[in-house]
Amino acid sequence: MDPVLALSEAEGYVAGAYLAFAALLLIYLAIMAAKLARIQRELRELAESTGAPQPPKPKRKAGRASRAQRREVEAARREAQR
Amino acid sequence: MSTPSLRTLALAAATLLVGGYALAFFYAPIEAEGFIQKIFYLHVPLAVVALLGFILAAVHSIRHLRSGDGVHDARSYVSIHISVVFAVGALATGALWAKGQWGVWWEWREPTLVSFLIVFLLYATYYPLRYSIEDRDRQARYASVFAITAGAFVPLNFLAVRLADPFIHPRTFSSAGGLPGEMLLAFLVCLAGMALLWATLVWFELASKAASGDLAKLRRALLPSEQPPPAPRRAVAPAGVSAMSTDLGDGAGGRS
Repeated sequence: MDPVLALSEAEGYVAGAYLAFAALLLIYLAIMAAKLARIQRELRELAESTGAPQPPKPKRKAGRASRAQRREVEAARREAQR
Repeated sequence: MSTPSLRTLALAAATLLVGGYALAFFYAPIEAEGFIQKIFYLHVPLAVVALLGFILAAVHSIRHLRSGDGVHDARSYVSIHISVVFAVGALATGALWAKGQWGVWWEWREPTLVSFLIVFLLYATYYPLRYSIEDRDRQARYASVFAITAGAFVPLNFLAVRLADPFIHPRTFSSAGGLPGEMLLAFLVCLAGMALLWATLVWFELASKAASGDLAKLRRALLPSEQPPPAPRRAVAPAGVSAMSTDLGDGAGGRS
């Protein structure tokens, strides 16, 4: 193999290496985010079960509602219609 | 001396990494090896920081054995965890560089590669060892002894590889000239950024474990009648946070 790779071929390997690192970091952060979300959920459940003031829910950015929120709204609407 | 907040640390790491890679791509020259040499600015800092992290874990373990303070055990545990993640990154980026440069993903005749793999596999056994011990105190002590022994192996291994001959893997810090100024500057900034990223992730994980432990403590205090959740099979946490929770087993330890 030519010791000095053609730029286009080398670009692929360089991009692959940096993307692999970014993917590794993102996977790690996703795992940690899931753990933090679980801690928040458990804290809310604990507050509910003890009757203590609930910790604030994590703020969602304005915009598209989550599937669970949409389901809640839909259920409330159906209840109101009945 | 006050310690910087997690946000400050993360911002500093991000700034240094962005600056370092901007220098690597737009300032440092392309040397004889070609454009593929840009992997060097990622691969070498990952490997160096992972190895330093293993040594730091050994230092925390020594402090744990001397003081019996579980906080040092938790720090050692998290340091090893993040270093193993970085070592995975170093192995992956190194394989990509080897494929581009040598035409193979791995070269078994190269002592640098094989020794790094041995160190990585050695630390990969840390988790099975740790979680095979039920008793928390014994677990922490044995894990500390392991971390010290393995940590002592890292510099020895580094020296042995330096003395090995012949080799084909490039030497970053050699007596024969070393890197040109622009490349050295970019490399050092990338190395500093990677070290700060490592510190940020260690801090982040420690904070997460502390929060999880506090929550478990709160649950026990507020709901004493509630049965504790069944402990995960391998989850016996480091003593520093284990007094607070059984959370350590799921995620951090086992998933690297």
